[in-house]
Amino acid sequence: MLVNQPPGAVLSVRDGAVELGGRPVLRGIDLDVGPGEVLAVLGANGSGKSTLVRSTMGLVPTCRGEVRLFGTSLPRFRDWRRVGFVPQRVTAGSGVPASVREVVASGRLSRRRPFLPARRADRDAVEDAIAAVDLSGKARDSVSTLSGGQQQRVLIARALAGVPDLLVLDEPTAGVDVESQETFAAALRAILLRGATVVLVAHELGPLHELVDRTVVMRDGRIAYDGPPLAAFTDAEPAHRHDHHHDDLTRSASAHHPTVTAPLDPTGAQGEHR
Amino acid sequence: MSLLTYDFVVRALVGALFTGLAAPAVGTYLVQRRLALMGDGVGHIAVTGVALGLLTGTSPTLTAVAVAVVGAVVIELVRAGGRTSGDVALALLFYGGIAGGVLLTGLAGQSAATLNTYLFGSITTISGADVWVTVGLAVVVVTLAVGLAPQLFAVAHDQEFARVAGLDVRVYNLLVSVMAAVTVTVAMRTVGLLLVSALMVVPVATAQQVTRAFRTTLTAAMAIGMVASLGGVAVSAYVDAAPGATIVLLALAGFVAAYPLGAWMRRRQRLARPFTEPQPESVPPGVGPGHTAVPEEHVHEHSPECGHPAVPHGDHVDYVHHGHRHAPHGSHYDEH
Ligand SMILES: Nc1ncnc2c1ncn2[C@@H]1O[C@H](COP(=O)(O)OP(=O)(O)OP(=O)(O)O)[C@@H](O)[C@H]1O
Ligand SMILES: [Mg+2]
Repeated sequence: MLVNQPPGAVLSVRDGAVELGGRPVLRGIDLDVGPGEVLAVLGANGSGKSTLVRSTMGLVPTCRGEVRLFGTSLPRFRDWRRVGFVPQRVTAGSGVPASVREVVASGRLSRRRPFLPARRADRDAVEDAIAAVDLSGKARDSVSTLSGGQQQRVLIARALAGVPDLLVLDEPTAGVDVESQETFAAALRAILLRGATVVLVAHELGPLHELVDRTVVMRDGRIAYDGPPLAAFTDAEPAHRHDHHHDDLTRSASAHHPTVTAPLDPTGAQGEHR
Repeated sequence: MSLLTYDFVVRALVGALFTGLAAPAVGTYLVQRRLALMGDGVGHIAVTGVALGLLTGTSPTLTAVAVAVVGAVVIELVRAGGRTSGDVALALLFYGGIAGGVLLTGLAGQSAATLNTYLFGSITTISGADVWVTVGLAVVVVTLAVGLAPQLFAVAHDQEFARVAGLDVRVYNLLVSVMAAVTVTVAMRTVGLLLVSALMVVPVATAQQVTRAFRTTLTAAMAIGMVASLGGVAVSAYVDAAPGATIVLLALAGFVAAYPLGAWMRRRQRLARPFTEPQPESVPPGVGPGHTAVPEEHVHEHSPECGHPAVPHGDHVDYVHHGHRHAPHGSHYDEH
């Protein structure tokens, strides 16, 4: 099981399992994300999406299996400048004001050395990232005076500032208006042109759906579906949904992307790992 | 200026200058982590260190630094461990520190007066060697606090993101704790262990009233701390008051002065923000406070000729139309 790593995989998990508070939260995770791929991770609340991406970032320890980033196993991985991360929860405001520019600038730290001032390239990347989320007019404002959606855009900009090769986003567009989602989709498109890889947790893909190459659906801590984006779940009538046979689900890859709100049919979920 | 000819005044001013810079520099990171009272905790623990020095006949400053660093590291480890009883463990450490200090001082046969010079500061009795130790440690603390500002800021702002950025979060957290411990013992001679936390926190709270960014808060807090410390020593030299208390009261006075200034600036900022007026055309005609337009379309204008019963109503005439009274209002009719 531990052999068979696709050589070029940017992110791979083999037989990954995670326990939190003594309770298994993830089990039997096998996942490979290739270079340039855009993977959407879907699933109901509590299905383990955040735990999955956090374990690949080393923020949650795995109790089994192995995680590799760019071919290096996580404990030995040091090349964090290649990784950008947008956490799900906006962290509680700190006790001292922080400007938008300062928060975004911390996204450059993986490329800076202690005690040395920011270089020109660092400052330019920060301004570009702020512009990419359309907050240039608010760069000097204190983050705590922004709205929730604007704060979420600051977190996106912080991850973009590092110009990562792998961008992992946990519900980046939750609470972000459609117009800003489109701005963000354009920014994502730009970094995909550079050949970056994106892992995206979402409930509503919105304008991002066109970018998604592949979907993973989490259910009760397992990967219930792994394949092309699903069309079936865009159907409006809920009754119609359950009429679909599983074969239809996997074959009907189309530009339309599901907003999964109901768990997948469990019998249909087996044997579809790529 | 004649005061400056006294060596002890010069030493006091130099000590105050560097303490005033270092304490708010570390304090900014403590406030950012919402650990504003950490300085107090470390100060209490340092009392035991001072007493240990008095008991063993070694330099109380050295033993205080050692014990305070150990205490601060323990506090950080307990905090990072995330035990639910973390605050209780901290409280035990604080009380143990001050009780241990009083006990050891008694054992050493020192009078309460000796301990008091550490509890409340005695900057005018500071020796030449002490000044150099103060300056040296303060320079190290300020260099770390300013030089590593982006890293320390990121770690305190979002620990998980800092880890993904490749920063060793544990090392930076321990560094802040050790810096706090060193600063407490440096400021011990200036403002005393019981008031040291004030010099760490009050300038930051003052700066925050008027700043919007972390870096400016850090810089402004250091400037305020420096001014308060120098001013406190100068004032206390003229009026013969306790320098430590004078410094802290000056800093607090700065906070009281900054509070209305900050409120005024925040208000001005809000007013300066462009405010999009509701579009007048989006409001249906005739709808407004105390004012209801009638829903029916009128193919004719109400007039004495239209055949609807006319009812005089104050300064105008209503026309009864489908059972209610319509009053002409501009281009439409209101319900009366
Ligand atoms: N610190 C923790 N200790 C114990 N259990 C946890 C912890 N964090 C999460 N869990 C559990 O792990 C499961 C998966 O949580 P996770 O946050 O990964 O869900 P999610 O799919 O991201 O949900 P959402 O859509 O709400 O973000 C949940 O059942 C949750 O209760
Ligand atoms: Mg989640």
